[in-house]
Amino acid sequence: MPRKVSLFVPCFVDQLLPQVALDTVTVLRRIGCEVSFLEEQTCCGQPAFNSGYWDEARPCAERFLQIFRDAECIVCPSGSCVTMVRNFYPELLASSSLHAEVAALGARTYELSEFLVKVAGVSDVGASFPHSVTYHASCHGLRELGLRSEPLELLRWVKGLKLVDMQRFDECCGFGGTFAAKFGSISGAMGASKADNIAAVGAEYVTAIDPSCLMHVQGILSKRGDRAKTIHLASILAQTGKSA
Amino acid sequence: MNPPASTRASHAPEPQAVRPAPAGTPAQRFLRDAAEKSADLAHREIIRKGMESYEAAHQKGRARFKDWEAARRRCQHIKREAINHLDKYLLQFETNVLAHGGHVFWAEDSAQACAYISALAQRHKVKTVVKSKSMVTEEIELAAALEKLGIAVWETDLGEYIVQLRHEPPYHIVTPAMHLNRKQIGDLFREKLEPGLSDDPVELMAAARRKLRQAFFSAEMGISGANFIVADAGAIAISTNEGNGRLTTSVPRIHVAVTGIEKVIPRLEDLATLWPVLATSGTGQPITTYGTLIGGPRRAGEADGPEEFHVVLVDNGRSRLLANGEEREVLHCIRCGACLNACPVYRHIGGHTYGTIYPGPIGSVLTPHLRGPEFAHLSFASSLCGACTSVCPVRIDLHHHLLYNRRETVKAASSKGSERLMFRLWRAAMLRPRLYSLGGGLGRWGLRALYGLGLAGTIFDPLRDWNRHRAPVPVPKKSFRAQWKKENRT
Repeated sequence: MPRKVSLFVPCFVDQLLPQVALDTVTVLRRIGCEVSFLEEQTCCGQPAFNSGYWDEARPCAERFLQIFRDAECIVCPSGSCVTMVRNFYPELLASSSLHAEVAALGARTYELSEFLVKVAGVSDVGASFPHSVTYHASCHGLRELGLRSEPLELLRWVKGLKLVDMQRFDECCGFGGTFAAKFGSISGAMGASKADNIAAVGAEYVTAIDPSCLMHVQGILSKRGDRAKTIHLASILAQTGKSA
Repeated sequence: MNPPASTRASHAPEPQAVRPAPAGTPAQRFLRDAAEKSADLAHREIIRKGMESYEAAHQKGRARFKDWEAARRRCQHIKREAINHLDKYLLQFETNVLAHGGHVFWAEDSAQACAYISALAQRHKVKTVVKSKSMVTEEIELAAALEKLGIAVWETDLGEYIVQLRHEPPYHIVTPAMHLNRKQIGDLFREKLEPGLSDDPVELMAAARRKLRQAFFSAEMGISGANFIVADAGAIAISTNEGNGRLTTSVPRIHVAVTGIEKVIPRLEDLATLWPVLATSGTGQPITTYGTLIGGPRRAGEADGPEEFHVVLVDNGRSRLLANGEEREVLHCIRCGACLNACPVYRHIGGHTYGTIYPGPIGSVLTPHLRGPEFAHLSFASSLCGACTSVCPVRIDLHHHLLYNRRETVKAASSKGSERLMFRLWRAAMLRPRLYSLGGGLGRWGLRALYGLGLAGTIFDPLRDWNRHRAPVPVPKKSFRAQWKKENRT
């Protein structure tokens, strides 16, 4: 029975990395989901929330709830944005009459790999990607959502994919939202350490479940002229080796 | 004013108070030093090596516990009980210390603490003070206060002694000299102690020991910190590895223990969990070499110990935190340093860049509360990765406290007006999908045009802060929603 899935596309994915969302749709449809996209959605409010502007973030949370109120299952290709909805909305709306409803909403909002492995029970999505890939565990997915094994489980089932472990795979890449711009030198140095670890394993690709980390890491890799490329997990899973 | 060298004991260390005052606000200094240190690859390599050996020991240490997570929860519970009943346990501690013949002084701030200890030193005509490691004495700048009176102050923890000789503050709350390798320490000791020394750690340590022995036996006053203050026993508990703690607290005539009020724990038996958890989190040891409990001065018939025992309980802003229900648990901290070691920001910028007594995640959470909004920038200087929270032995939700601090900073309107305006505009767009789409479309069109002309990173580039350290993001022509509309609507 196809499951109805409502897509939650982070604003920066919508505007800057549309392929990640398109690939998410491809993967979800391939495992039999009926995918919808509510066009009223914008941003979850995390940039304001993380910068201390809770009064600016709160209406985004309320609006998100209004839009997704009737969605039975919400899937997002970003651990960080899911963290905002699941972990921080209840905090942001702690003294609101919407608190219980927003907590329930968070419980049915899933990061893509989490949805595939834990909810849909699918580890093999029929993907093929004959390349060497190393995995970076994005912080919000790992430590806020507790997603340790799910992305790796999916990668292990991808045909032809050679998974190589890098040192300090669970150390922050240095993105951190507005931190990346406000404290560019620290963020850049952290990114460079990550790039060193990527280069040390010699993988063709580095993947993660958070497009924001990858956008930052790609910027660092390109600036250094490194060979490795970033690719979102959804974009690996979308590949079947056959031309569409 | 520092006394002329001739009036000081010939072997006394130079006063610490001669650190040059750096220019700019703490926030400006932080940005400048962070840029410099994060580009200093030699520094990063020293820290990387130090942290890697710590990580290996820490991992091994945790594995010795039958259930490390349960031990963390137990410690969290003990500290929560202690902090939530701080009034009761501190008074119980005081009553017990007084009954043992000790003295307790309640210092509201640094000035009161320093004044009490200074007066005590003057009353006893103290010329030389030996100190064992204590971050609270750094916090209240005690050494400088005593040096003003012409008293020679010796740091006797080896790491502290090294940074004292360099006129530097501690780099790390547990390992004060972790930013130095043996070559640098050898150079320092050859210059300051004995010219003929090699870089051999054993030889260097022996040279420091020769100096410090003289100090121990000439000092009239010993000053220590306390890792815990045990209410039911009326005793302070100290964990050390070098033996200097015991010499400091038992050889001089007067022992002064300086400690923050949050160090209290209810029961002696709580140490059974806290001591090994502290040692494991601090250095990976099962337990530190010395665990010392001191409850009062030397009693009749005892061979060792000071004639007078004073405990100085320092508030210095802590009760403000106690009154803050949301952030009270920050007082649970046992100063193990695990969050510093886990923090990728700390590892890239180093301890001195923070410009605070307590660096790293706990420092970034605590300092704005203890020292005010001048240090608010530290709460923003984090990627919120949460590595600190995952290692904290008393389970303080460190990175979420950074979020609370940020919110309070914005509320207090000490943040930039332009940023506030930006977020207001941002909100207006995010609440109106058409405005959002229009803004996104124009933004992408503008960036594509700009980058097409090769203007990325220039003054015309709104993302130049981003592009200073990274190659520009390739900007797509169409948003996802535009493509979705086209493909999924007829």
